[in-house]
Amino acid sequence: MATTAASTGPSRWQYLDKIRRNPGPFNQDSDVGDEALAAQDKAKILVIGAGGLGCEILKDLALSRFKDIHVIDMDTIDISNLNRQFLFRQDDVGKFKAEVAAAFVEKRVKGTKITAHNGRIQDFNEDFYMQFQIVVCGLDSIEARRWINAMLVNMVDMEDQDSLKPLIDGGTEGFKGQTRVIFPTLTPCIECQLDLYTPRAAVPLCTLATIPRQPEHCIEWAHIIAWEEQKPFPNLDKDDPEHITWLYQKASARAQEFGISGVTYSLTQGVVKNIIPAIASTNAIIAASCCNEALKIATTAAPALGFEESYMMYSGDDSIYTSTFKYDKKPDCTVCGEVAKPLQVDPKMTLKELLDSFALKADLQLKKPSIRAEGKTLYMQFPPSIEEQTRPNLEKTLQQDLGLDVGHEVVVTDPAFPTLTFRFILSFV
Amino acid sequence: MLKIWSMKKEQQKAENAEGAGGKKKKITAAQLRVQKDLSELSLGSTMRTIFADADDILNFVLEIKPDEGVYHGGLFTFTFNMDQNYPHEPPKVRCQQKIYHPNIDLEGKVCLNILREDWKPVLNLNAVIVGLQFLFLEPNASDPLNKEAAEDLRSSRENFRRNVRTSMTGGSIRGTSYDRVMFNRA
Ligand SMILES: [Zn+2]
Repeated sequence: MATTAASTGPSRWQYLDKIRRNPGPFNQDSDVGDEALAAQDKAKILVIGAGGLGCEILKDLALSRFKDIHVIDMDTIDISNLNRQFLFRQDDVGKFKAEVAAAFVEKRVKGTKITAHNGRIQDFNEDFYMQFQIVVCGLDSIEARRWINAMLVNMVDMEDQDSLKPLIDGGTEGFKGQTRVIFPTLTPCIECQLDLYTPRAAVPLCTLATIPRQPEHCIEWAHIIAWEEQKPFPNLDKDDPEHITWLYQKASARAQEFGISGVTYSLTQGVVKNIIPAIASTNAIIAASCCNEALKIATTAAPALGFEESYMMYSGDDSIYTSTFKYDKKPDCTVCGEVAKPLQVDPKMTLKELLDSFALKADLQLKKPSIRAEGKTLYMQFPPSIEEQTRPNLEKTLQQDLGLDVGHEVVVTDPAFPTLTFRFILSFV
Repeated sequence: MLKIWSMKKEQQKAENAEGAGGKKKKITAAQLRVQKDLSELSLGSTMRTIFADADDILNFVLEIKPDEGVYHGGLFTFTFNMDQNYPHEPPKVRCQQKIYHPNIDLEGKVCLNILREDWKPVLNLNAVIVGLQFLFLEPNASDPLNKEAAEDLRSSRENFRRNVRTSMTGGSIRGTSYDRVMFNRA
């Protein structure tokens, strides 16, 4: 590839700098000075996922002048990724996605440092996530999104202004996609919006067992019924070609029996692994919009998605339709909802006195309360072994002996109310 | 960078008019859920829990002493580990003894559907404990982790019974020696 001054020297950024350096209606002089712009150079940005979306996101962030990028992905490159995950080549098959993607973009965009982490997001703790200013997700799993969402929401600490990390989340499904921006605890989180995901419609078992009509039904039959009955291997490993081949052969035989055509190896793999066909250009559109939001947040060059409207949906299924909309924060969200009620107590009170007061309070009337704080079991009625271990705490005082303090959360449960948990934030009289 | 923090402070002011202040120490969702699960356990007389650290409720040991069935008289312990993703991920459960059981392998891995493929966040620790207890009452030859034991159970229940008793006293079966798990009534 021909290298010109425009792609290597400082002039590479001349057009981007027109946006960064000129004050406009949304950024004042203080936002466009050298000092403010240096903040973008120093900003550490985390990309989660180095697959179809992740490749695009890494490339776009590097080309938007983010200079310190980290990327996490646990997967290795499969031959089937090569059609759209354009940072990977035939020789890379079997290597870690994060590592190969990082090296490629680093080499291509000089002056950008990309650090790869080959692992699961769950392998890293709060200290790790605390070092970033912005997190961008290009994930295909709801579980992973919920996990990082809960992590970022729980990290917000009123004593530390760097603890609030904007989360930019991209997702695609065929011709459809979405971009959303979350300011943890300030704006609706992923858990608040969980009902936007429609669970995949499952085919009734009896259909699979008796009257399959589609090739997918034959594959599901092999997956759910034949595998369970015959257990050719102790546990199904969806990444093991031998296992997929077994399912494919079973599904083919069944399809033949019912005169159904269309069962192939790759369809089997797709159905079993729940793969939603990814379209390269949808990934490109969504990744690009995610990165523009990151750029706007980092530079304040224009208002970002997030405060009024926080969700951008793109649909290319029927011509093109796109819109942004506002989503409300759920007051009872289990992750970001402020469900804990204030509870005013005397710090010199013993734990037993506190528990006794729960029995008397008209709105609680708890007879057998168990109580815990973060990382601390204060008193539990059950199981017997833990009751015995925590019984000595009953005579201890809340602040001095048990280390409880203002702002600490305590959770009270009682077997009489199996569906309820009572959450309180302590304050002292 | 966007000045999000000033907005956060505004929000905080509005919410905490009476103000708790202080550094918030929020309980993680996993701990909250395990607290609930533990208070709803039904252990009966054959099981008990052991917590190495009462403050760490995400890790404990469950002791099972089956009072009927072929494993009657034995004492088996299982480690339970829930990570921060619980209940979105199932608890990790392992048998601490090397035992002869069709659904438990020599490393202690347990074949129980709700610990893997059939786990759902609405299930709880009690469901798992009931499942484990059931494995000792009704070992199941159709989901084998220990293929020899499953084969023995399928071909002759009487022979299987004898092997279980031999293994529980620390004997070997086809060259594999098992841990002594007999519980001495004091
Ligand atoms: Zn929420």
